[in-house]
Amino acid sequence: MKALVKGAGVAGLTAAYELATRGAIVTVADPCRDMTRTASWFAGGMLAPDCERESAEQIVQDLGLDAADWWETVLPGHVTRAGTLVVAAGRDTSELARFASRTNGFQTLGDEEIGTLEPDLGGRFRLALHFVREAHLDPRAALTALRDRLERKGVSFVETEPGWTKRFDVTIDCTGMARAKADMQLRGVRGEMLILHTPDVSLSRPIRLLHPRFPVYVVPRADHRFMVGATMIESDAAGAITARSMMELLNAAYTVHSAFAEAEIVESGVGIRPAFPDNLPRVTRNGDVIQINGLYRHGFLLAPAMARQAANLAFSQNTTTEHNHEACH
Amino acid sequence: MLSLYGTEISSRLLLGTALYPSPAILGDAVKASRTEIVTVSLRREAAGGRTGEKFWSLIQSLGVRVLPNTAGCHSVKEAVTTAKMAREVFSTNWIKLEVIGNHDTLQPDVFGLVEAARILAADGFQVFPYTTDDLVVAERLLEAGCKILMPWCAPIGSARGPQNVEALRSLRGHFPDTPLIVDAGIGRPSHAAAVMELGFDAVLLNTAVAKAGDPIGMATAFAKAIEAGRAAFLAGMLEPRDMAVPSTPLIGKAVFS
Repeated sequence: MKALVKGAGVAGLTAAYELATRGAIVTVADPCRDMTRTASWFAGGMLAPDCERESAEQIVQDLGLDAADWWETVLPGHVTRAGTLVVAAGRDTSELARFASRTNGFQTLGDEEIGTLEPDLGGRFRLALHFVREAHLDPRAALTALRDRLERKGVSFVETEPGWTKRFDVTIDCTGMARAKADMQLRGVRGEMLILHTPDVSLSRPIRLLHPRFPVYVVPRADHRFMVGATMIESDAAGAITARSMMELLNAAYTVHSAFAEAEIVESGVGIRPAFPDNLPRVTRNGDVIQINGLYRHGFLLAPAMARQAANLAFSQNTTTEHNHEACH
Repeated sequence: MLSLYGTEISSRLLLGTALYPSPAILGDAVKASRTEIVTVSLRREAAGGRTGEKFWSLIQSLGVRVLPNTAGCHSVKEAVTTAKMAREVFSTNWIKLEVIGNHDTLQPDVFGLVEAARILAADGFQVFPYTTDDLVVAERLLEAGCKILMPWCAPIGSARGPQNVEALRSLRGHFPDTPLIVDAGIGRPSHAAAVMELGFDAVLLNTAVAKAGDPIGMATAFAKAIEAGRAAFLAGMLEPRDMAVPSTPLIGKAVFS
C-alpha cells in the first residue's frame, strides 16, 4: 500500500509511523520544513490522561492511557515517567479538593512528602496531588527524533504535495488548522507559552498550578529550561503573545518558585490548537481520504491512539466508502 | 413573565458562557437550563482585539439572546469602549456593565460603575450593572439611568451563596418594581432557591454550572431550584417561630403529661 500523509505535526508523524510499521510505503508532505509552524511545536508534552480528566471527557483518559508506552517504545529514552504534581497557592487550596473530586490515580502529599519528591518545592506548598502514572516528554526533541526514525524506516518527506496523488492508495490528512476553512466545525483555540531558563530551579516532573481562573503548568526540559503554558483563548488569531497572557504565565511560574523571577525568558510562542465543538479528536474516512483532526490540547496524548485508528481504517479490507466514522462516538 | 427593558423573558436563569469543558457541553447546558439569555465576554475570548468567529457562531446558533459584558475592565473608559465594541459585534443595546475595582477579588468599583452607567445610559445603552449589595449604590445606579440591578450575593466565583441576607432583603424592599438579578457568588442550587425565595427576579450563573462535574445535569438542577424558589415566593412562606407548633390539635388527646 502507498500512503500519502499530509502534515508533519504530531498527528501526521504518528500516523506515518503506524502505517510504515504495518508495511505501507509512506510519503509525508508538509510545506514547513522545520516543523516550527505546527501547533505541536508549542505543546507542553505532558502525557497526563488522569489530570486531563478534570476537564475532559472519559474517552480522553481511556485513549490516552497507552500514550506513554507508545512513545517509549517508538522513541526509547524520550519519556520521563515521574508523574505530575498538582499544587495550589495557599488561598486556592479548595481548588485542590475540587480537582481531586474530578480525577483519580493520585496520592495526596503533605509538605514533607512534597519536599522529598521535588526538593525545590519543599516548604512552598502544604498540600499536593501526585498523579503517579503520568509521564512527559520534550515535544520538539520527540518530533525531531520521530522524523529521523521515519526517514531511517524509508519514509520520504517532501515539501510540496505530489501532484499525482492518484498514485497513492490512501491519503491521511493531518493538516490541523489548515482544514478550518473547509470544515466549519473546526475552530482554533489559541495557546500561548513561554520558555524560561534558570539554573536556580530543578524540577523532575510537570507541575500544575491550580487557579480558579487561570490554571497553568510548568514542564521541565533539559538544561534547566522550563516550558510555562498555556493559555486557552477562543480565537484563531496567530499574533504574538499578549502582555496580559505573559503576565499571567510569569505570575504562575513565580508562584511555583520565586526563583523564576530571575529566569531568562528564552522564548515566547503561540500555537493554534484545532478543535471540534466537543473538544474531542476525530478520525473520519471519506473514500480513500482519512482525516485525523481536532486533537485540541491533547496532541501528544491522543495522537498514538488516533494514528492506530487511522491505520486500522487504511488497512481494513472493507472497500466500501465509509462516511464520517467518528473515533470518539 | 419577567420584563427586562421591555423584553419579556420566561426563564429566570441567565447563564454565563466561560469555563465550560467544550462548546458542545456549553450548548447542551444552555438547552438543559432552558435559559433565554447568555452572557458573553468580549475581552475574555479576544486575543489582540480579534475574536474567534467560530466560537461566536456557536453561541449564536444556540438561539438565545446574548447579553454582552465588560468583564475584565478596570476603568470607566475601558468599560465604555468595550460596551461600544460589544454593541457593534452583537447588535444589541444590552450591556452587562462590570467595572472591576480589585484585580484579585474582582470586586466591583462602585464609583466607576455609577459613572460608566451614566455615560452608557445617556448613549442609549440598556445597562445591567453588576454591583454589590449596597443600597445607596443601588439608588445611584437607578438615578444614572439603570432600570435593572444585578447585585452580587458573594464574591464572583466564590460559590459561597448569600452572605448578607439582610442587605438582599433591604434591596428587594426598597426597589419593589425594579428587576433584581443576583449575579455572582452562587455555588449550588439551594443558594439560587434561597435568593429566589427572597423575591429576587432572576439569577445569573456561570462557574457553578461550567465547573460542575456534569455541567448539563447541574444546569437542569439550577433551573428546577430557581423555579421552586420563585414558586415559593409567590405562594407565600411561613415565617420561622421560636416555638414548636404542632400541626395536629392537642385538644382531645388521650393523655396530657
